[in-house]
Amino acid sequence: MRILEGEKVTKYFGGLAAVSNVDFNVDGGGIVGLIGPNGAGKTTLFNLISGALPLKSGVIKFKGEKITGLRRYQICRRGLARTFQAVKVFPNMPVLQNVLLGSLFGTPTAMSSADASRKATELVEFVGLSAVSATPVKDLTLGSQKRVEVARALATKPELLLLDELMAGLNPTEVAEAMELVTTIRDRGVTIFMIEHVMKAIMSVCDRIMVLHHGEKIAEGTPKEIATSKKVVEVYLGE
Amino acid sequence: MNSLRVVPKSFLLPGISLLILILLAASPLYIPPYTVILLTSIFMFVIITVSWAIFSGPTGYISLASAAFFGVGIYIAALLGKELPLLVVVGIGGLASFVLALLVGALTLRLRGIYFAIFTFGLAELIRHFLLFWETNITGTRGRIVVLVDYEIVYYIMLGIFVATMLTAYFIRRSKLGLALQGIGENEEAAAHSGVDVTTVKVITFAISAIFMGAAGAIMATKWTYIDPYVAFNPLFSFMPVLMAIFGGIGQIYGPVIGAVIFTYLEEVLTTRFPYYYMLIFGIVLIAAILYLPNGLVGVIPKLWRRRSGGQRANT
Repeated sequence: MRILEGEKVTKYFGGLAAVSNVDFNVDGGGIVGLIGPNGAGKTTLFNLISGALPLKSGVIKFKGEKITGLRRYQICRRGLARTFQAVKVFPNMPVLQNVLLGSLFGTPTAMSSADASRKATELVEFVGLSAVSATPVKDLTLGSQKRVEVARALATKPELLLLDELMAGLNPTEVAEAMELVTTIRDRGVTIFMIEHVMKAIMSVCDRIMVLHHGEKIAEGTPKEIATSKKVVEVYLGE
Repeated sequence: MNSLRVVPKSFLLPGISLLILILLAASPLYIPPYTVILLTSIFMFVIITVSWAIFSGPTGYISLASAAFFGVGIYIAALLGKELPLLVVVGIGGLASFVLALLVGALTLRLRGIYFAIFTFGLAELIRHFLLFWETNITGTRGRIVVLVDYEIVYYIMLGIFVATMLTAYFIRRSKLGLALQGIGENEEAAAHSGVDVTTVKVITFAISAIFMGAAGAIMATKWTYIDPYVAFNPLFSFMPVLMAIFGGIGQIYGPVIGAVIFTYLEEVLTTRFPYYYMLIFGIVLIAAILYLPNGLVGVIPKLWRRRSGGQRANT
């Protein structure tokens, strides 16, 4: 079953085609990777999917329904959550409050505050931050702040989670932990679409990978196909 | 330390608040009229400052439109004061400001930071100049007389609006809406992507906060008896709440209250005792407060507390 589909998705910044005529689809239940050199349009594509930016043309469908033109909070409440490349947390709020905001506002059907707070506590534990639950997020390491973002996104009960460079800036131990976290989230039944630069991570956890270059999709396939694709190697290493 | 806690903590805050309220309600019986009138204007500034802080405190959107909402209340009192009962006029004043704030909010809350501040300020000025134009060129009048009301009645109505403002501020802060506002202030994009309908939350809260300013304006007009656009839409009423809230500290609910009380009292004392130097002294106090009390007056309390208990609580 296709959970997310895009047809001829296009976005211009001035005269520059940040994303042009990209067709994509994500099957439910797996992990799909999105890679490409800097400036390829990966984050722009995520911004288009999550409603942060309007499309110039094209259609994006989530669970078979068109979501282009919906507001950010509406897309979130339909079950499509995201995290950000540069962490966007509520720095002065404790960890638990950060996550609570997601479970109070972002779920498809509203929860009572008791349920929302139970859900938030459970997710703080799930990402391994119970010990710092009452600490303001600004006092945590980058790795932990990223976990807060993941917990907040999961608190909205998503069916699809967009992870924008979850592992950037993390040390090798944290990368290994983050990879484990990603697979555990998938095992909970959440489909994952992730942008990543850490090749080891993306090659080992993804079922399928999509490659963007200059706003265009240049390859798609299993990690093995991508690793051996001549076109992809050329883009990354030069001819 | 524990021996002090005879009363359970959960009763402490409501208990003290109720006690203060009873004292305030009974005060016209035992204090001179001058003090009652001074208390009325202190309440007025507390209402404007606290309601300003309901929206601008958590979100960080600095509104300079308070004078517009306050002034609308004043004009409602001037226009309807003779025909309708006082409480109805106050109610309409609040409602008119609510409606105006909904419109302003829908227009301006897409703007952020300094642009929002400038736009709201411009709006208050626009209303003032429009009314001035209207009165001089179309109706050919200048200024209006407002019905006179007994100072004790003005005091009690102001006290009532004050209580309503404080309760609203307290419950919004503790509610789901309060969490959303704080989220918007700390990272608006993250809040939007976590399911908060940021535009609606901002516009509604902005409008709710304007109700109290409008109601306060409507009752205060009856004390002033003569009003014109310069009096009603005095930009000072846009700047004062910001200064008072920052002076008191926006982090806590009682910060703006303390700031407004001290400011208004200080102004009264200084104008009566040092009529020639009052602005100068006022300015110095303000500069000193901003330089040395970055978290406002209420920010000093935990600091002093920590120093007293010998640094064992130091946790930075």
